[in-house]
Amino acid sequence: MMTDTQTMSRSRQFSKVCEILERYSYDSTKLIPILQAVQEEYRYLPEEVLTFVATSLNLSPARVYGVATFYSHFALQAKGKYLIRVCDGTACHVKGSVSLIEVIQEKLGLDEKKRTTPDMLFTLETVSCLGACGLAPVVVINDEIHGQMTKEKTNALIDEIISMEKSYVPRNN
Amino acid sequence: MDEKKSLYINGKKVLIEGEKNLLEIIRKAGVDLPTFCYHSELSIYGACRLCLVDVEGRGIMAACSTEPQEGMKIKTTTDEIRQIRKISLELLLANHAHNCPTCSKSSFCKLQEVARKHGVEEVRFKKIQKSSALDYSTYSLVRDPNKCILCGDCVRACNEIQGIGAIDFAFRGSDATVLPAFGKDLSMVECVDCGQCARVCPTAAITPKSEISEVWKAISDPTKTVIAQVAPAVRVALGEVYGYASGEDTTGQIVSALRIIGFDKVFDTAYSADLTIVEEATEFLERKTKGEKLPIFTSCCPAWVKFAEQYYPDLLPNLSSCRSPQQMFGSVAKEILSKEIKKDKKDIVIVSIMPCTAKKFEAKREEFIKEGIAEVDHVLTTQELARMIDQAGIVFKQLETESLDMPLGFKTGAGLIFGNSGGVTEAALRYLYEKVSGEKLEQFEFQEVRGNESIREATINIAGNDVKVAIVHGLANARKVADKVKKGLCDYDFIEVMSCPNGCIGGAGQPVTFDVKTKKDRTRGLYEADKKLQLHKSQENHFVTDLYRSTLEEPGSHLAHEMLHTNYSARRRVSDTEIQILNGSAKEKLEISVCVGTSCYLRGSQDLLYKMIDHIESNNLQDRVDVKATFCFEQCDRGPSVSIGGKVIEGCTLKKACDEMQNALKK
Ligand code: SF4
Ligand code: SF4
Ligand code: FES
Ligand code: FES
Repeated sequence: MMTDTQTMSRSRQFSKVCEILERYSYDSTKLIPILQAVQEEYRYLPEEVLTFVATSLNLSPARVYGVATFYSHFALQAKGKYLIRVCDGTACHVKGSVSLIEVIQEKLGLDEKKRTTPDMLFTLETVSCLGACGLAPVVVINDEIHGQMTKEKTNALIDEIISMEKSYVPRNN
Repeated sequence: MDEKKSLYINGKKVLIEGEKNLLEIIRKAGVDLPTFCYHSELSIYGACRLCLVDVEGRGIMAACSTEPQEGMKIKTTTDEIRQIRKISLELLLANHAHNCPTCSKSSFCKLQEVARKHGVEEVRFKKIQKSSALDYSTYSLVRDPNKCILCGDCVRACNEIQGIGAIDFAFRGSDATVLPAFGKDLSMVECVDCGQCARVCPTAAITPKSEISEVWKAISDPTKTVIAQVAPAVRVALGEVYGYASGEDTTGQIVSALRIIGFDKVFDTAYSADLTIVEEATEFLERKTKGEKLPIFTSCCPAWVKFAEQYYPDLLPNLSSCRSPQQMFGSVAKEILSKEIKKDKKDIVIVSIMPCTAKKFEAKREEFIKEGIAEVDHVLTTQELARMIDQAGIVFKQLETESLDMPLGFKTGAGLIFGNSGGVTEAALRYLYEKVSGEKLEQFEFQEVRGNESIREATINIAGNDVKVAIVHGLANARKVADKVKKGLCDYDFIEVMSCPNGCIGGAGQPVTFDVKTKKDRTRGLYEADKKLQLHKSQENHFVTDLYRSTLEEPGSHLAHEMLHTNYSARRRVSDTEIQILNGSAKEKLEISVCVGTSCYLRGSQDLLYKMIDHIESNNLQDRVDVKATFCFEQCDRGPSVSIGGKVIEGCTLKKACDEMQNALKK
């Protein structure tokens, strides 16, 4: 069941999308910044919102979908509350990033295809080079960088989030 | 030096005569370069890297995207070019499905042809792409992504010719594919089934959907009487498959072939085209007299009709209410024949042979299927007919010619030229002229409405009245004209729209060709066929007159409306699109959706939505409602549309919405 806070945010999100379109004067050449702004709002690009954006900009939904799938920066699937990104760039790879990925996948029951936990708490992504090679291997959780990671440290980090989430009781159910 | 610019192709001097790219000038000089992504009707893409040439001092470049320049020295074949080409082809073949013998495009596939011509004998690379599922969702087309070579021809056809963009590139690198929005099925998006994407595709990644086996099944069922109707454009194109010149009329051979295949009767769609003219011109005159619902738009092209339903709901009243000749034929034939041969309509099977893929969709529209019985049961494209002829072992070139059956095989030249862009207009003018002036029309050809340009206008004076007509082909052009009509920027009386370039003769079901000249020949073929007939005006078709006398009474009668006319409704473009705005937590919630589709949006639905949310929040109702923004309730001409607890309110205002909410929540 949806929580009250989420309910409120839905209507705010939609008016945000309209605001964004307005801000860019419905200019279809600004599609990429528009999509960026929309993604900031929803944390991903929901299909129906993309259709709305396409129609408003007088573009075909297929074109907007094409742009959204071209740039890896855009996500078309909902992401979990915690986005875990493990760097698999050369430096991190050499320092064992693959074993970190395996630890997380096993712990959260994820794999190549299944990137988000069913409770929408975690999403795991691999990225190539975050520009923090000095700290390799690097794990980023919601923009917070954790450097020189080991399997043990990764494990502990996730446990910490889980226990914190458990003690959080949402209002309204 | 002389004034004319020139360049050198393989050492031979060739004049530059306005060619826009090296490819055109090289082809003019009699050298054929292979191409996948070049199509003279489409913009230049330059992606397949097949049309390579060596320009002295500049190196190897793509001919299709290089401008001809004075003095260029071009070599069209070198060891290096042959090498690169072969590797490109091998790479394409490596990822391409390997089922050529069973592929419907087999003998017409450009990939096959080019690979064979350029000596690709083995493929040294491994397939890296995973297999994808085929898309059989529409009635008209099949998408097989496993055969796509990413030339983008289809994407550009849909965008540039039709102005739709139902398919586009998605993802990137080795994952790149051509897809409908969100990877949905083609039937779930705004595709209008025109098949222009299939017409330009060099491989079988998009092809017309076959109904051949259903037709064979009906033919071998002794309880069924199987009737063929042959569209005008088919007869000037089918011969191309069998070595006849394009444009050559092979009606006689087609009739023989259909009889051998096992059709019980062979009739002509040009008959019902004559009937269409009588109805449509009558409808036009009525509107013109009353001065309403003008301009009238023609309605014989099903792709245009679907397009109008999706993009121009407010112009739907302007569409002629006449069914297309295909559907008029089905309706009339089943009615007449069921009486004549005393057979149940369900045992009479009507098979249309059409140049068109959208006709397959049209035949399946629910308005044309009554109590489970369709007016037209199956639609075969010209290509499919050729395949059936081959399957029956018929040697087309050796066939004797035979005549069509009567009465529904009888037509005038007016019905025949329907297959050309401008044909419907001309046929209507031939009728209107005599009807309005009461004089005999001696010179029946209206050259002023013929031609190749995609938007044409003419003003014809009939007995002191000017009739202003416009003729468009290609839906991107139709969009331009429709927008002008909507804004009141033009004063046409009559607008003919055909979705396919040059009209039905350029339909996607016609034999595969990549030569633009073919279409010109077919057009000429139909005008010549008109000349050769004795009669040229629909009103002279005495079997049409008979039909009115025996059954329909008079043009535009009540029965004529029932049997020959139809209605249209606004249609949403993309399915499953709702944006959740409020999601209440109560068990029983009031479902509210507000349309934010284009038409409603322009009528202020977005603003209405905000005000409704304000109202809900300030009255603390958010737990008891579910609010969604949605696309198109298909009532666009009466927006803004809001649905509250299942009740749709048209022309909704904040007051109407609040009242209804209060009402519904009380219960
Ligand atoms: S059939 Fe026509 S509308 Fe549909 S995808 Fe192909 S070109 Fe576009
Ligand atoms: S579907 Fe056909 S036309 Fe479209 S990109 Fe693929 S190969 Fe080219
Ligand atoms: S035809 Fe020139 S690059 Fe494809
Ligand atoms: S846009 Fe079609 S009903 Fe609203």
